[in-house]
Amino acid sequence: MQLWQDYHTPTSVEEAIQHLSSYAGNSRIIAGGTDLLIDLQFNHEGPMLDALIDVTAIPEMTRLTEENGWCTVGGAVTHTNIVKSALIESKATCLVESCGVVGGPQVRNVGTLGGNVAHALPAGDGTTSLVALDAEAEVAWGDGRREWLPLVQLFKGPGVSALDSSRDLLVVFRFKLCGDGEATAFKRIMRPQGVALPVLGCAVWVKLDESKQNYTAARICIGPIASVPARASEVELALYGQPANDDTLEKAVKIAHETLHPRTSKYRATAEYRDHMIETLLRQALPLAVKRAQTGVAQAEGVGMG
Amino acid sequence: MSELRLTINGVHHTLDVPQSRTLAEVLRYDLGLTGTKIGCNEAECGICTVHVNGTPINSCIYPAFRAQGKTIVTIEGLAAQDESGEHLHPVQEAFINHCAVQCGFCTPGLMMTATALLNENPNPDDKDIKVALKDTYCRCTGYTSVIAAIKSAGSVIRGEGALPVNDPPIDEPMNVIGHSEKVQDIVERVTGRAKYTDDYVFDGMLFARTLRSRYPHARILSIDTSAAKAFPGVQAVLTAADVPGENLHGLVHFDWPVLCGDKVRYMGDAVAIIAADTQEIADKALALILVEYEPLGVVADPVYARTPEAPVLHEGREGGNLLKHIKVRHGDMEKGFAESDVIIERTYHTPTTEHAFLEPECAIGIPAGYDAEHEKLTIYVGSQIPYQDRNQIARAMNLPDEAVRVRGTLIGGGFGGKEDIAGQIHVSMLAEVTQRPVKMLYTRQESLLFHPKRHATVIRIKTGAKNDGTLMAVEAELYGDGGAYASLSDKVMTRATTHATGPYNVPNAKIDCYAMYTNNPPSGAFRGFGVTQSAFAVEQNMDLIAEAIGMDAVEFRLKNAQKVGVTTGTGQLLRESVGLIETIEKVDADMRANGHFQWGWREGDMAYGWGIACAYKNTGLGGGAPDKSDAEVEAFEDGSVEVRSSSADMGQGLVAVLAQCAAEELGLPYNHVRVLLSDTDLTPNGGPTTASRQTFMSGNAVRLAAANLRDALKTVVSEEFDYPPDRLRFEEGLVRANGSSMSFGEAVKLAKKQGISTRILHEYWGPKTQPLGTGGDMHFAFSYATQAALCSVDLNTGVVSVEKIISATDIGRAINPLLLQGQIEGGIIMAMGNCLTESYIVENGVPWSTLLSRYKMPSIKHTPQIISHLVEHRSSEGPYGAKGVGEIPSINTSPAIANAIYNAVGVRVFNIPVDQDALLRAMRKGETEVYAAWHDVK
Repeated sequence: MQLWQDYHTPTSVEEAIQHLSSYAGNSRIIAGGTDLLIDLQFNHEGPMLDALIDVTAIPEMTRLTEENGWCTVGGAVTHTNIVKSALIESKATCLVESCGVVGGPQVRNVGTLGGNVAHALPAGDGTTSLVALDAEAEVAWGDGRREWLPLVQLFKGPGVSALDSSRDLLVVFRFKLCGDGEATAFKRIMRPQGVALPVLGCAVWVKLDESKQNYTAARICIGPIASVPARASEVELALYGQPANDDTLEKAVKIAHETLHPRTSKYRATAEYRDHMIETLLRQALPLAVKRAQTGVAQAEGVGMG
Repeated sequence: MSELRLTINGVHHTLDVPQSRTLAEVLRYDLGLTGTKIGCNEAECGICTVHVNGTPINSCIYPAFRAQGKTIVTIEGLAAQDESGEHLHPVQEAFINHCAVQCGFCTPGLMMTATALLNENPNPDDKDIKVALKDTYCRCTGYTSVIAAIKSAGSVIRGEGALPVNDPPIDEPMNVIGHSEKVQDIVERVTGRAKYTDDYVFDGMLFARTLRSRYPHARILSIDTSAAKAFPGVQAVLTAADVPGENLHGLVHFDWPVLCGDKVRYMGDAVAIIAADTQEIADKALALILVEYEPLGVVADPVYARTPEAPVLHEGREGGNLLKHIKVRHGDMEKGFAESDVIIERTYHTPTTEHAFLEPECAIGIPAGYDAEHEKLTIYVGSQIPYQDRNQIARAMNLPDEAVRVRGTLIGGGFGGKEDIAGQIHVSMLAEVTQRPVKMLYTRQESLLFHPKRHATVIRIKTGAKNDGTLMAVEAELYGDGGAYASLSDKVMTRATTHATGPYNVPNAKIDCYAMYTNNPPSGAFRGFGVTQSAFAVEQNMDLIAEAIGMDAVEFRLKNAQKVGVTTGTGQLLRESVGLIETIEKVDADMRANGHFQWGWREGDMAYGWGIACAYKNTGLGGGAPDKSDAEVEAFEDGSVEVRSSSADMGQGLVAVLAQCAAEELGLPYNHVRVLLSDTDLTPNGGPTTASRQTFMSGNAVRLAAANLRDALKTVVSEEFDYPPDRLRFEEGLVRANGSSMSFGEAVKLAKKQGISTRILHEYWGPKTQPLGTGGDMHFAFSYATQAALCSVDLNTGVVSVEKIISATDIGRAINPLLLQGQIEGGIIMAMGNCLTESYIVENGVPWSTLLSRYKMPSIKHTPQIISHLVEHRSSEGPYGAKGVGEIPSINTSPAIANAIYNAVGVRVFNIPVDQDALLRAMRKGETEVYAAWHDVK
């Protein structure tokens, strides 16, 4: 089935925006294409697209760099390249753990982090970790403006992004890498049937004090809970200043049960099961992140076992 | 059109192609590199994997122009070529040696993914292989042989030599029988040269599409094809009015319209067909056909179908929605239950499941007289029943059977799903109207929508036993969802019914089955043929009884196991070849091998359990249906022999089995025999490839044809040597007398000189069977199996994993042990899917499982350790004692897993596929029974 007419491979963001603009809404950005080509075949209504604008040859979108303790990941960096990055594995481990369970190798070899976020699923694996990393995204709007936004602001609803992929472009992500006493972890629950979306995913970032025995800060993203990804702020608050031990974990679990209200998704999970899984995931991810923060050693778990 | 520069397999290409192409399309359709297969167009199955700049990617969703200037390696580029010829890659060699190739359709994808792994890591362990091949499906092999092959290839690449092949031990191998010979076209299957239907191209070929129903049940008020007909590039648009002959087809009952004219009964119903110059034009024109419908009430499930308020699908049909009421009556039920100390009654639900053979349906029609090759209307198709295809095409085309030629192509997996007519009649109509070749390739999504599935069933079963473990009675009621058309429902549900006592001595049985029409996709043949469903219920009730009387589950089965001298529930006295007890003993010994056996235990957050289940499955059609296979064997003066049979090799390796039978009889080396399959003009009718029957039926036909040929040659050679014919020996390609010999080819020459034909046709009739209800032999042979599953259940998530399967299978005789083992491993993994991952979901007649991404089947990551034993209780009538194997491994895995789950966590699962969600909730609440499956999560 013919899904598009022209195929462009611009080498700069400006050129890409110009292409999009010249097709006046009837072209789309393509990064990995692993979601887009399926959407175009099976969910797309309306006329065939005039063009696809391939962003994988834009240097600033395919770079993965470190500067002053910050990591910049281009929107067109593939899952495989994130998984293979020793820098991200050691200092933003959750992102390797989440990108490492997306699809199989063939999909990870082309699928991009930008595509994952632009797809705007409330529990995209990469998204969940980026939220815990408090990432920001730089957007090139169709009108020529460039703007840094907190990641969560890109999400408007399930599958609905603030970006219009026929006009706007998600250029890069940036987040602060873990320093001493800081670490992350990502875990998720799947089921062997139906679509390969997580029953529930959970990414945590923790910061311990100098003794490495007490939390001084935490960021937790568990999803899907709402229609857009969000931090579990009450659970985070419960950790502040508390000792990093089992008692605190129990309190966090209790508050998570009280404050997070997952819903039932057809053929995926009941609300009751997800409620149990909040507990299962916190019990796995939080102690793992604490251990990593305490030892300063972080090796990604479960890569490729998604 | 634009310039696309690619380096493919070391060759530079500059192409002028539309920018809208995917890489897979360019490779297959612009360059003719058809070794790369398209299985889904969803990046789901992985069989289209190629390397781009060394990286494995799914070419089906990779825009071709993204590959601009890049280097691509496809399956065609894997082997090295030099002056001395082709040198297979170690991965190709290993896939051949370890029998990691069955139908061959996914093989290119598996091998490209595997080579990418080995390029990075030539010493992968099981986990590395599972990570790398996680999203590259194989529906045939069950992956065990694939893992072994990849490890062996790695060892060769590292310079450490090939690893040993896990060739199972067997009893009394003969000269050729009992050896793991390779299928004749194995090199083609590993190099991408093997041609499946969509790989054929004919001059002037058009491309076809089918317009399918918009409703599960509706009256058609009008069809307007004028806009589609006027669309540039469209060559024909046909509807019901254009069917030249009878507008019905079917395998048992002719109830399925070729094209629906008055009403539609499911979403896959064909309403109109188009042939156009390109696939794109056909796609676009399809949307221009206007159909007006009047929606009707939907019959969504078989129990509702039997109620008086349910709308009737086939109006005017006697019996309404009741397709068939099937009854087993045996002994005295009242007495049976009265004498029982324990009675267990439960209701089980099994899901609709999808074959998901990796090759979607494809047919090519060529009009009569198109060229010298095609004097008759010719249909190229990978079909399980070529002669019945021919008959159904001829009826619809208003032609005599002989005016139609069906030419079988390689089949990319079947499992029962390629028995019914798909596009065969449609391409015939379009080819004759346009007078051009017409190809109809279904998309994966269309395949999911259209073809008959495994019957969903509701099974209420009541089992009674004495405290000493003697089974006394089984009463059961089954409802089978037959879907919109009969297909093979009648036969499938009969098998579910007759096997609902399990492979046990049950003196009293009363079983009723209602096969019902519904507005769901039709149900038909699927490996196990109904027995997979009833075994799920039977074998769990067996465990429930054993627990209630406090007897070990193995001991209870041994006590009641069928053996020679037992009479089955249909009144058949078993006189021979009942290896069930040996299969139980073999599995039990392995299961308890570590000395401190427990059925269930816990380790940390994990619970483990063993579960056991037995099975039996008839070989052959049975039930009084005349069962016949014809085969022809012809010997040539060069000493070679050709075997001809219209019977399907869909990966199970029938071509090897048939050649082995001929080689054994004629004392020839295996590779002197070639096999021509499935051309209705050149090969005699081997009957349907179904019911685990071809080794027995066509194997016998070939064996006897070859024996007759041997006898004919004997008379000639006997005269020549002046030596008694019965003392001549056919061995090693020679005919030997005492002290003198001549080559087989010379014997053929001699015979021909004397005007004796060396071409022998044999019509083999299987032993006569009796219809259900008349007593006597309903079937001429049964295969038996026992399996034990070791499962783990994660106590925090309810996730179930199968860690290990021990299997023992009585197949009478292992003609080709490795192929046989491949059937068993593949059958087990497929049955794991039935229990744990697969359900084809239909919501009020509207399929939800419309994408492969919504229908998960077991991938390599689910593959447990499989230990399989062959048990050989010879069948006196089977070729060399062989019985069927195709289905028996896919029957008892699901109940073995369910029993294991119970033994692990104390919760019994009555509905499948197992829902970890419901299982965990039950565990946490202390409930012991779960009646919700995955598809009940809403």
